[in-house]
Formats: sequence, structure tokens, C-alpha cells
Amino acid sequence: MSLKHFTNGLLRENPLFVMVLGCCPALAVTSSATNGLGMGLATTFVLLSSNTLVALLKNLIPDKVRIPCFIVVIATFVTITDMVMQAFTPDLYKALGIFIPLIVVNCVILGRAEAFAQKNRLLPSVLDGIGMGIGFTMALTLLGSIREILGNGSLFDIKFVAADAKTVLLFILAPGAFITFGFLIAITNILKKKFNI
Amino acid sequence: MAKLPSTVKNMVLSLSIISLCMSAALGFVYVATKEPINQAKNKKILDAIQAVVPEFSNNPYEEQYTVESFEGVILYPAKKDGQLVGTAIKTYTNIGYSGFFSIMVGLLPDGSIHNISVLEQKETPGLGSKMSEPGFKDQFKGKNPAAFKMTVRKDGGEVDAITASTITSRAFCDAVQRAYNAYQKGGRQ
Repeated sequence: MSLKHFTNGLLRENPLFVMVLGCCPALAVTSSATNGLGMGLATTFVLLSSNTLVALLKNLIPDKVRIPCFIVVIATFVTITDMVMQAFTPDLYKALGIFIPLIVVNCVILGRAEAFAQKNRLLPSVLDGIGMGIGFTMALTLLGSIREILGNGSLFDIKFVAADAKTVLLFILAPGAFITFGFLIAITNILKKKFNI
Repeated sequence: MAKLPSTVKNMVLSLSIISLCMSAALGFVYVATKEPINQAKNKKILDAIQAVVPEFSNNPYEEQYTVESFEGVILYPAKKDGQLVGTAIKTYTNIGYSGFFSIMVGLLPDGSIHNISVLEQKETPGLGSKMSEPGFKDQFKGKNPAAFKMTVRKDGGEVDAITASTITSRAFCDAVQRAYNAYQKGGRQ
């Protein structure tokens, strides 16, 4: 039973490819695999922390003020992530830029607090947070890897083509994000149909 | 425990207490990360200074100065045993393909360029972003802007522009020239 909460986010309800939530950061920062992974991990941390706290506090939060309360909780964890990354991973922080503070308005996080954590007990909420987070991270890393391989001829900053080789620049730029995203959603749909999940 | 009903008192109390606890947590993290954030920022500048001037023994960051009418340009004198060996100049341009970008130019005491390092840029990846690669920026090494025409060949200068990124190359020259002008005006310290 519990395991289902965890695996849910990986493919069946993958936040990016199935629920199509959080597209703004997903498309904007995935110009390289490293950026995708970093953004995914930051989001996972916020998702896990907010799910945990919301599940713990759910009975203390009256229904009518639940959204402001959730936002305060989420914004706090995002700001913590922001400051910690600024201190210890300055390069990644610079590459992700404005999209770290914007995790606050990432629909995945408020969505999971609203749709899952406030209705469930602590353990399922924690598992859901980790599962959704890993699902989001995998999706972002995959998107970033494909774009980096095609657009820059490298993966995780390790170049495997000659320095002056022609690469498909389009994939690093904005249109490449949409094209790759579209294909990945299609592939996810095919996989889901084929294996009936 | 049953869920708290949505009375005014409950709502005000619960939102206030949550906000209070969260701001306390934030304050704590802020204090804990303040020092590392500062260090990370300084280290970035120091790394860039080290990359563009010869070896030095002072702390250029603490001796930084600015020149009148060159706002946004910061000069970091690098000294070895009290002797000036070069000046790292943080300069910028507003005419890049995506507007603003900033670079660090290292000048030797005679005014010639020792090295250049790109600090902050958001030029097109794969095109304009090539300005941080040696293929482009190394052509400035050893050149003295007094005798070197700091514009791209298209504009009658001596700089080989990056293929398909003339605007970025032009902006790069603009930034280097600004550093040199500030240096000439402000003198060495």
C-alpha cells in the first residue's frame, strides 16, 4: 500500500510528463543535465519538507485559511533552499537564477499539499513527496540530458564531440525545450498504454 | 484530533503562529548562511582577479577603488611586495545581444592586456557565449589598447569577431575599452 504512494510519482502520475505541472521551470532551466538535476533536487527538498509539515499540521489549520498557511510553509522552505544554495553551490545557483525563488509558485508543490498531504497521514505524505520529487527530478534530468546531448554535444558538462563540431543549437534554445517536451510526453503516453499503468 | 473549525479566532491564531514559527526558522537559516554566502561571492571575484593578473600577494578586494564618471567599473590593484604588478578591472557593457554582461579585464602597469575573464553573461548559448572561450578572448592578450584598434573588423578595427555573433563581439570590445578608459583616467594606485 505504502509503496504505491512512492511509485505513483515516478511514472503513473509523473508530475511533468503526465500531470504536466511545473512546466515553467522545467522548460526554462533544462538547457543542461546538471541544471535539470539541480532544479529537480531543490524542488524535491521543498516538496518533501512541505508535504511533511502539512501532514503534521493539517488538523491545526482551519479549512478557510489552508491555502495561505500552505504558501507560508512552502515559501519558507524555498527561501531556505535559496540561501543554502547561494552559500554552498554558487555556480548552480547562478545558472538556475530566478527559478529557485519561483519554486514557491510551482504547482506540483501546492498541488501535492492540497491534494495529498492535507488528507493523508505522515508516512504516506512523506513517501508521496519523495516519489513525486524523484519523478520530477528524473523528468527534468532526462529533458536536460537530451537537450544538452543534441544541442551542445556533451552530458553533465563532459564534452564528447570536437570543440568546433556543429551541434543542433536549436535544442539549447527555447524551441528545443518545447520540441523535446512534446516528444517525451508522447513517449510516456505510449509506455503507459503499452504496460497498462 | 479533530480538525479545527474555521472560526475567526482559530484562523487568525493558526495563520499567525505558523507565520511566526516559519519566520523564526528563516531567521536562523539566514544567520547560519550569511557568512558562507559572502565568502562565496568574494571568492568568485578573487578567482576572477587571480585569472587575469600576474601573481600577487596583497588582497586586491580590500584595496578596490572606483573612478569618477565610470559607474559600475571597479578597479582591483594587484601588488606583489608592495609593487603594482597589474590591475584587475571589473567592467560591463549594455550593448550585448541580451543587453548587460560583465567581464574582468587584467591590465599590466604599462596598460597592455594580460588576460580577460567573463563574469556574468546571458548571451545566446553556443553563439555569443563563445566569448568566454580562449579562441576569442585570447586575441586580446598582450595587446595595448593605446595602439590596438578595439573594434571588430567589420567596423574597421582589429578584433576577429565570433562567427555569427558580431553584436556580442562588439559589446565585448566596448567593455574592454571602458575598462581601459577608466584605467587611463583613474591612474594606478
